[in-house]
Amino acid sequence: MSEPDFDVAVVGAGPAGCVTAYLLAQQGHSVVLVERGEAPGAKNLSGGVLYGRVLEQVFPDFAAAAPVERRVVRNAVTFLTSTGAVGVDLTSDRLDGNAYTVLRARFDAWLAERCEEAGVFLMPGVRVDRLLTSPSGAVTGLVAGDDELSARVVVAADGVNSFLARGLGLRPKPAQNQLAVGVKAVVSLPRETIDDRFGLVGDEGAALAMVGEATGGIGGGGFLYTNATSLSVGVVLRLDDLAASGASASDVFDRYCEHPAVQRYLRGGEVLEYGSHLVAEGGLGMLGTVATDGLVVVGDAAGLTINSGLTVRGMDLAIGSAIAAAGGIGDALDAGDTSAAGLAGYRERLMAGFVGKDLTTYAKAPAFLERPRMYRDYGPVLEDVMVRAFDLDTTPRKHLASVAWDALRTSPVGMLDLASDLWAGVRAL
Amino acid sequence: MSGALQVGSVPERLAHNRYALDEDESHIVVDQDVVRSTGCAGVIARCCPAHVYTELPDGGLGVEYAACLECGTCLAVAPEGALSWHYPRGGFGVSFREG
Repeated sequence: MSEPDFDVAVVGAGPAGCVTAYLLAQQGHSVVLVERGEAPGAKNLSGGVLYGRVLEQVFPDFAAAAPVERRVVRNAVTFLTSTGAVGVDLTSDRLDGNAYTVLRARFDAWLAERCEEAGVFLMPGVRVDRLLTSPSGAVTGLVAGDDELSARVVVAADGVNSFLARGLGLRPKPAQNQLAVGVKAVVSLPRETIDDRFGLVGDEGAALAMVGEATGGIGGGGFLYTNATSLSVGVVLRLDDLAASGASASDVFDRYCEHPAVQRYLRGGEVLEYGSHLVAEGGLGMLGTVATDGLVVVGDAAGLTINSGLTVRGMDLAIGSAIAAAGGIGDALDAGDTSAAGLAGYRERLMAGFVGKDLTTYAKAPAFLERPRMYRDYGPVLEDVMVRAFDLDTTPRKHLASVAWDALRTSPVGMLDLASDLWAGVRAL
Repeated sequence: MSGALQVGSVPERLAHNRYALDEDESHIVVDQDVVRSTGCAGVIARCCPAHVYTELPDGGLGVEYAACLECGTCLAVAPEGALSWHYPRGGFGVSFREG
């Protein structure tokens, strides 16, 4: 057998692909990074919050060196209702360095530049059509148009739709309750306007999450993140619920942007870009086979996302999986065994690290978050309790517990529902 | 800085995006028989954030592939065999400048 063209061929220049390629090049392996966009980042889109601690393991100074937008010091989760908004709003210096807002067209391009510096051969504008396999079924390279490229290991970092992993039968077509569609606009506003509206100074940023009326009661939520001189605004809608609702994704997005609690931040802005992206929401239940003969799967392509109700994570898990994959692939290349057995170190590292542990911790979260009362009933109940507490209408006051009891009694939420949801929530989140 | 944000219609929003249209090849192919027999045109049209699809009077599915944001939602909600959807050829399709 002739020598392969490369030790490793990585498909997809997002965070998972770039970090895998970078680390393997640093180990001294020959690496090609194939990207279908005309430039790295051109096809990549996310809500925009990167939980960055794991990236510091690869690039200790990324927060200063990379084009991040703002440092998130304010996290808020709000139930929107038809008449108002009620929620938790955390501003803390202790969040410093935890998360950054990013715009992927710029951020991923920076990651790919680091790859090229490390000696990775970058091939942009190339769509991989299928994998090359040996008669025994081992992956030996890839096919792009008329070109073939061979490698000892192929890394499928080709995103949530991963045609590569699906083509090999490593992942079945996900069920509709395991997927959500993110619909997003980037809206330009002057830096000072953003600072004033969100109560921010300098490079401080805010990440607001909204549920309930945010999506018209459809499972999912809305988001509003601050970039340096723009806002990222959008909704994430679980596909089974969206399909059953009869609503259109774009109408839900429009209504979210028009809600007074959102509009107050957006007013006067101009849409710079409109995009959408599919989000894997199945958590551990969606994690398929991550390594087979000659191939590993990383990031979104492996279904690595977590929605804990408060945090929605993808990029940090992608980077975590990339670090595990680069370790496992490095070991396999050094040992001269890139079979599934030789690459098994990837899954071991993945599951032993924070990615596997967090997936396990939140394994019940997806089922919990499918409970419809989260999106339809609890927002109005909470608003009712707080309004009754604040509205001094000269009727005699009641203790807060009685106020809450009255609000619950007159809501569609039964006590058994509440107890069930609380118990499930405590165990899932 | 006063005045509401006008998010505009979906085509107006998409007009802000950068696209390199592949004139020779559509990356979306519809099997109209499967679409009509399963009655899936409406749900596909509603779920696509870019309004790539329209439900035709005969129950078929119209396609404007140039507007595609390449998210894959249509494929996820379509019954087996209704759509053949893959990414556009390298360098073609939407190019996010923000992302």
